[in-house]
Amino acid sequence: MSAEIHGTPKRATVLWLLLITATLLTWAMGAADVAGRLTILLLAVLSFWKGSVIILDFMALRHAPVLWRALTLGWMILVWALIAIAYWKGLAR
Amino acid sequence: MENVRLPLPTASPPASTAPTAPRLAGDLAIWFFILAELLAFGVFFAAYAFTRANHLELFDAEQQALNRSAGVINTVLLLTASYFVVRAVQAAERAASAQSARWLLAAIGCGLGFVGVKLAEYSAAFEHGISLSSSPFHMFYLSLTFFHFMHVILGLVILVALWNGARQGRYHHGDMNGMETGAAYWHMVDLVWLILFPLVYVIH
Repeated sequence: MSAEIHGTPKRATVLWLLLITATLLTWAMGAADVAGRLTILLLAVLSFWKGSVIILDFMALRHAPVLWRALTLGWMILVWALIAIAYWKGLAR
Repeated sequence: MENVRLPLPTASPPASTAPTAPRLAGDLAIWFFILAELLAFGVFFAAYAFTRANHLELFDAEQQALNRSAGVINTVLLLTASYFVVRAVQAAERAASAQSARWLLAAIGCGLGFVGVKLAEYSAAFEHGISLSSSPFHMFYLSLTFFHFMHVILGLVILVALWNGARQGRYHHGDMNGMETGAAYWHMVDLVWLILFPLVYVIH
């Protein structure tokens, strides 16, 4: 039933609050002016987790054929991998 | 997380306990469109990251001058709009059209908030003489955020159309295609910002 694929209001609210918390954490890291390999890793993990909530829950791809999850989550993995490679390249200069 | 099934808030037909067949929310065409958009933004993000690797000091110095608080406020606004859209979809499924329309109106309000903050940011940038040709960082900052900004505008037009449809009671459990299609587009706009924000405003 399609009622199941969009989850419950309670679940959506909890996820939204977690997303806001993760955003404030990203902002705090920016404000603290932290940099370096560990920071970019943490920022990437936070951003990846937030994106996966949007993809799996808000876009309801958790209940879609696996190909669509693979394409969208795969896109995020590829983009962050490229950003990480470029960042490392910059550090190595 | 994969197997979590929270109970439905209200009594629903017994069929809801039956195993759910995989289903893509919204029109197939919008998903091909979303993939094309993600690809375009992905290329843009990679171009930014690799250009930065060759101009580290410049990018880091000019990034420091960005209004990071505006970026955070806009992230919160987009995430909240996405949450409101989810609530609108859930309400429409319960055939609560008036409620669905109200959630959509709240989402539109957040989207307009994003537009307002972004315009204020651009106006401050132009006052400081920032333009597409002032530096490689500014070229990327302006073009990437403006490309995304145009998507927010289109997203808002779609949300207004959904709001109009919801007010007329067009969406319900048996006919969610239009609502889900519009919602998927809005979530894509949010998803892209979730990479754009740390990449352009935070990582250095």
